[in-house]
Amino acid sequence: MTAITAVRTGVRPFRGAITIGVLLVWLLAFTVLRGQDTLTLGAADVTSLHTRLNDLNDAVGANRNSNPLFLYFFNEIRLVIDHLTLFISALVSQPSYGRPVPLAGWLGVVAVLGFGSWALGNLKVGLLAVVGFIFMGLQGLWQESMDTFALTLAAVLVALVVGIPLGVWAGVSDRVNRVVTPLLDFMQTMPTFVYLAPLTLVFLIGPASAVIATLIYAAPPVIRITAHGIRQTPPETVEAAGSLGTTRPQMLAKVMLPMAKRTIVIGVNQTIMAALSMVTIAALIDAPGLGRVVLQSLQSLDVGTAFNAGLSIVIMAIVFDRVTTAASVRVELARRTGSERAASVRKVGLVVGAVGTALCLYLSYTYVWAAEFPTGIDLGSPISGFATSVTDWAQVHLSVLTGDFKDVVTNDLLNPFQSLLTDSPWWLLTFVLVALAAIAGSIRGALTTATCLLLIVGTGLWSDAMSTLAATLLATIAVMALGLVFGVWMGRSRRADRVIRPALDAAQTMPSFVYLVPFVALFAASRFTGIAAGVVYAAPVVIKIIADGIAAVSPTTIEAATAAGSSSWQIITKVQLPLSLRTLGLAMNQGLIYVLSMVVVGGLVGGGALGYDVVAGFRQNALFGKGLAAGLAIVLLGLMLDRLTQSVARRADARTDHSHP
Amino acid sequence: MIPTSTNASTRARILPGLAAVAAMALSISACGGAKVGQDTAAPSGGSGKCGSVNLAVNAWVGYRADAAVVSYVAEHQLGCKVVKKNLDEQVSWQGFGTGEVDAILENWGHEDLAQKYITEQKVAQDAGQTGNIGVIGWYVPPFLAKEHPDIVDWKNLNKYADLFKTSESGGKGELLDGDPGFVTNDGALVKNLNLDYKVVYAGSEAALITSFRMAESTQKPMIGYFYSPQWFLADVPLVKVNLPPYTTGCDAVPAKVGCDYPPYNLNKVVSTKFAQSGSPAYRLVKGFHWTNDDQNAVAKSIQGGMSDDAAAKKWVEANPGQVKAWLGS
Repeated sequence: MTAITAVRTGVRPFRGAITIGVLLVWLLAFTVLRGQDTLTLGAADVTSLHTRLNDLNDAVGANRNSNPLFLYFFNEIRLVIDHLTLFISALVSQPSYGRPVPLAGWLGVVAVLGFGSWALGNLKVGLLAVVGFIFMGLQGLWQESMDTFALTLAAVLVALVVGIPLGVWAGVSDRVNRVVTPLLDFMQTMPTFVYLAPLTLVFLIGPASAVIATLIYAAPPVIRITAHGIRQTPPETVEAAGSLGTTRPQMLAKVMLPMAKRTIVIGVNQTIMAALSMVTIAALIDAPGLGRVVLQSLQSLDVGTAFNAGLSIVIMAIVFDRVTTAASVRVELARRTGSERAASVRKVGLVVGAVGTALCLYLSYTYVWAAEFPTGIDLGSPISGFATSVTDWAQVHLSVLTGDFKDVVTNDLLNPFQSLLTDSPWWLLTFVLVALAAIAGSIRGALTTATCLLLIVGTGLWSDAMSTLAATLLATIAVMALGLVFGVWMGRSRRADRVIRPALDAAQTMPSFVYLVPFVALFAASRFTGIAAGVVYAAPVVIKIIADGIAAVSPTTIEAATAAGSSSWQIITKVQLPLSLRTLGLAMNQGLIYVLSMVVVGGLVGGGALGYDVVAGFRQNALFGKGLAAGLAIVLLGLMLDRLTQSVARRADARTDHSHP
Repeated sequence: MIPTSTNASTRARILPGLAAVAAMALSISACGGAKVGQDTAAPSGGSGKCGSVNLAVNAWVGYRADAAVVSYVAEHQLGCKVVKKNLDEQVSWQGFGTGEVDAILENWGHEDLAQKYITEQKVAQDAGQTGNIGVIGWYVPPFLAKEHPDIVDWKNLNKYADLFKTSESGGKGELLDGDPGFVTNDGALVKNLNLDYKVVYAGSEAALITSFRMAESTQKPMIGYFYSPQWFLADVPLVKVNLPPYTTGCDAVPAKVGCDYPPYNLNKVVSTKFAQSGSPAYRLVKGFHWTNDDQNAVAKSIQGGMSDDAAAKKWVEANPGQVKAWLGS
């Protein structure tokens, strides 16, 4: 927030003066009014709203056998999804059709994935898929990996079947887009813990609930990105096609969809990543697979085994990421180039590959050695042993150092900042935040901020929400600092990019439950640990966005600056960063949202506040309503921060365009 | 990679496919190997008079020990098919209503859920005690009890409050609580006993255990909520702090509690449908009864890396008389 204010002062000094004025008024009023009207609520206390929400939950449970909505709607959905999931499990993971093993054994699955990746992408990603999946087997986690694979595949399939048409619709209709966007925001920011228990009331304990929990979080990206892709069709193209007498359906099928294909594949990629990030949480309602391994090892603090499972999830994510990325490149190339010879050569290759794959499938259907993953080589034990000894070493040798660091940050930064937010009277803070939103963003941004803050007061969890806000802002500042350092480095050096990027992918897809235990050992059960978990999860995204932005700055501009005798530092601060302001805005926006999505995980390691409320609502029947209210407060915080950063970024953007005519 | 039509890339594309086919052809002719379904006898269990049983498995190792032993006996001695469902406690109770869960093997109190599902909806019923006694309370790491023997009396806690200050406790002593799902009166206790402490919520069992483990290994003072039976107590024997003794009814009003937790007679809960089914598995669940030591023995084996089934087998084979008594009732 401060960074943006500082940028602003240079352009319109009076805005800066007003900002400082507002902040001064706040500090002054704070010293006088501290501790008044803070709207605190005890950990076990509830408001009447929370009790009413509880009753709602009970009503669902009581009516599920008689209500037609259940009999004819939810139950049908459940049946369809259950059958789909069980069918995919029968193919790859569970004994089926009277056989002691699934229809396709490891050899068949590896062959299909390798061949499919080659066909959709290229040879390199085909090999990556083969090596990646064999590695999972060598870790001794073939069965679990396949359970996770089957569930994720089912969720992604349903997400695409529902999401792509919906995205296309939102792409061609502004009205649909306006309705769908807030709904998608809600689906992505409402913590899964809140609706996990009610979900099993509606869809029972079984594959359907796990798939739907995954789906709610994973479907929004493909819907959003598809709509975006459709909208991006150049107006001239649409006009040209229109003047040729193209009808609307033709326009969609012949012009818009083909041009948006590549963007849609990126949406598919994001949906797969989101689905894989739900693996551990779905395990809380009996989803089989790697998530269960993570949860069970967490109970006995077995970091090594959790790491094995986490690593398998990371590899699965990286394989699918690279394959879909390669597929989107292929789609693009196929659209642009059309060498007939190359196409026919490829066709021959594919036929040969298909025959080989079919052979592998047959073998894995028929022979035990190709069906059950061989147990001869065990990579799992050395890897888990290594992970355990690394964490043990860190816990013994670093915990004093890290503990001191935690204390300094908490006492000198977090505590004062949090106190400023939680101990101010609620109306004062609301005034300050709305005023800041109006100054830095727009009047509309200020209105959104006011609405969100008042609704947060309505949830009865104002104080907790402000603690969470303090932690979120602090984490975002840390994330942005990391993003600037590593993002600029990666944006300027291709080699750095190539080395760092896989580590970022791993940090982003490694389930946070895997590193919670070492984090608690290093930083104790504290708000700091919650913040640290948020930083680990959000930093990779921000670093990647900034790196891409820096790399996209036109080389001619940089050459000109170099020729004029600028130093590297000058090029970074005077050319590259100012020219990627829009990207920095996007990075901060995403950083905030990603940090916020870890609030609940923070609640599991001492983060307290809203995160704890949500976890408590999941674990205790009597606190369900409070957990739901806390989830709503998180959604409201997310909405506020998202709209606010967007309006600030738009303003900055308008100014940049203005100053570079 | 931009597709070109040179011969090199043609070869690059076809070669791997050819190689794969060749390898497959070789492997087919060379080793056939055992065929799927050839060497396996008829699948064990699964049918017969017992049918299938849905066991909820809650997220702690002690419960896993219960579930392991009951499933082992049900599968190997009664021929049942046991479906273990890994669920949270609240979701397990919900499962009675939706017919997805037949039995919970270790229930800690949960009076609100019992009220809802046993008394009101009548979809579940009590199936007797497991024999395990749950003890909840405040604990300190062993080194601290050795250093300050009088710390185990609550009256001296204020004297030591400074030892327990952390970044989270706002100048007071920190009393660390764990999973929000566990039964706790700690907030009221601190207030009603006038203790200079603040309850800090770790948020999960894993975070709580990690904190105790680190406290003992780095000799850093800490006090927190804990309970037995729990596998971790065998690793680090935490020492219980004596709160004012429990008397019947002293915890009647949650906000006024100023006494220790009662001992919990952990019990089993089954769905009404299951109880009326006449399944031999129901008799097993109802008869299942053992001690904290028994549970700890199995939990310890699981903890040591044994599979649930192997750990259960070991215990069952060492205690045939006890198992027989469960089935005989």
